[in-house]
Amino acid sequence: MDDILLLEAIERYLGGDMSTEERTYFENLRKNTPEIDQMVVEHGMFLHQMDMYATHRNLKHSLHQAHTRLLERGDINEGGELSTRGRVIQLWNKYKRVTAIAASVGGVIALFISGLALYFAPAVSGNQLQQLSNDIEAIKKNQQYQGSLINEVQSKLPAGVRFISGGSGFLIDTKGYLVTNAHVLKGNGAIVVNSKGKEFNAAILYVDTERDLALLRITDKEFIHPKSLPYAIKAGKAELGEEIFTLGYPRNEVVYGIGYLSARSGFDGDSLSYQLQMSANPGNSGAPVLNNNGEVIGILSTRQASAEGVTFAVKSRNIYAMIDELRKSDTGFAKMKLPSKSSIRGIDRKKQITKVEEAVFYVKAFSK
Amino acid sequence: MKADTNEQVLLKGLANNDSRAVETIYRENFNMVQAFILNNNGSYDDARDIFQEAMIALYEKAQSESFVLTCQIKTYVYSICRRLWLKRLQQLGRYTNQVDSLEETVPVEEDLEIHEKRNAEFAIMDRALNSLGEPCKSLLEGYYLRKMGMQELASNFGYTNADNAKNQKYKCLMRLKKLFFAQYNIGE
Repeated sequence: MDDILLLEAIERYLGGDMSTEERTYFENLRKNTPEIDQMVVEHGMFLHQMDMYATHRNLKHSLHQAHTRLLERGDINEGGELSTRGRVIQLWNKYKRVTAIAASVGGVIALFISGLALYFAPAVSGNQLQQLSNDIEAIKKNQQYQGSLINEVQSKLPAGVRFISGGSGFLIDTKGYLVTNAHVLKGNGAIVVNSKGKEFNAAILYVDTERDLALLRITDKEFIHPKSLPYAIKAGKAELGEEIFTLGYPRNEVVYGIGYLSARSGFDGDSLSYQLQMSANPGNSGAPVLNNNGEVIGILSTRQASAEGVTFAVKSRNIYAMIDELRKSDTGFAKMKLPSKSSIRGIDRKKQITKVEEAVFYVKAFSK
Repeated sequence: MKADTNEQVLLKGLANNDSRAVETIYRENFNMVQAFILNNNGSYDDARDIFQEAMIALYEKAQSESFVLTCQIKTYVYSICRRLWLKRLQQLGRYTNQVDSLEETVPVEEDLEIHEKRNAEFAIMDRALNSLGEPCKSLLEGYYLRKMGMQELASNFGYTNADNAKNQKYKCLMRLKKLFFAQYNIGE
């Protein structure tokens, strides 16, 4: 009987049903008797479990009710005799493949004819490769983007512009020259955002669609030019099997990824790029790919849509090639010097990341 | 950057198990999930199961103190359902590549882990309660889950007085706790 009374007391104590006097007395008892203290803790936990179980059951019940109500009202359908819409969906599911095959047979014939003309061109078909730039318009739904969009409209952007695409980019010169993928810059203007979320105006200087590279320059007065860049841009070849890492902006925050170099050429033997084994997401486009020594070996650009983790990066020597071309046509680039010495060689990865992070930017392209 | 106020209100309603909020969220999201499941080898029943599971996960998230939903309810629910369904397909050996759409999702792995842990705990409680037998099960459910008074329970169950009912309840509770903790501690 004593045990029953004790348990009742514990339940009243936990439920907050005790008077102040009783409570003080009980708390003293708890303090002086470890067994009782233990019982209180254990029972409290058990009651909490019971409560959660109860709410869980209630919720399941109300979900069930909501389902039935919505079904009755016709807000949702589950096939059967309630509506014909479900059946249409099922029919569509059933014959989807047949329809798709029929449609593609027609498509293939049409494509074959036009394909003959393009046969000798090394163009890559768009659906096998997927560009890793963010289509900002398509993900407008995302609250996060919407929020930041509003902020940007207030700050750096001329009124009435629309974001078209986004990706990553990184500095290749201390004067604010920034490299990204050509396909990231779908609009006619761009701003860049650093890892702390600060925005800077930028000018698009050059877009090289053949190499899928583009050059930007941060024109913003608020931009503080770094004294030096932490990484080097590798002019030579990268080794097969080299461990690599990247920092990019698949979302509003900088994201780190690792992998290895899995082939010396890109998709379908494309000699301008490397194949990497690494997961990448839309928005990673234009991010630097670095080796353990802190040398940029490539610029992340596309991934194979049909395979998991197969990613491609434009080889870093294409940056040199692009700059050389620019020098020929514009003397303004004569003084530009790509960093050839990495200052983060042999240091801890976390420290490498902190340094590199400062030179990697979120690139947002807009159209006026 | 939180979900807009309207959604916040809905989530608050869900956290309190308010039937209007539950129904609104249900109405606005169910069809999307159903279409996804039906398009990916699922049945109407699967859609209902998966969707309700996701609603529970959303509820758990809405309840936690550190609660912030950084995306729209729609995106969150879709992400959870997608993850759950892929898992279910894999378990059934029905995995197809076609599921890999590029629709917007948010990472939900952590939330799902918590959700699964809770589900496991509920399953333990469920098993423990169901192996108690009657009248123990109903007595404890009446007292702890439906929060009925001892007096009321005594008369419902036909005990001559509340003390006898209390006595019986105590014995039942001890058995339940033993059953529960035997399983629960293995799980830890």
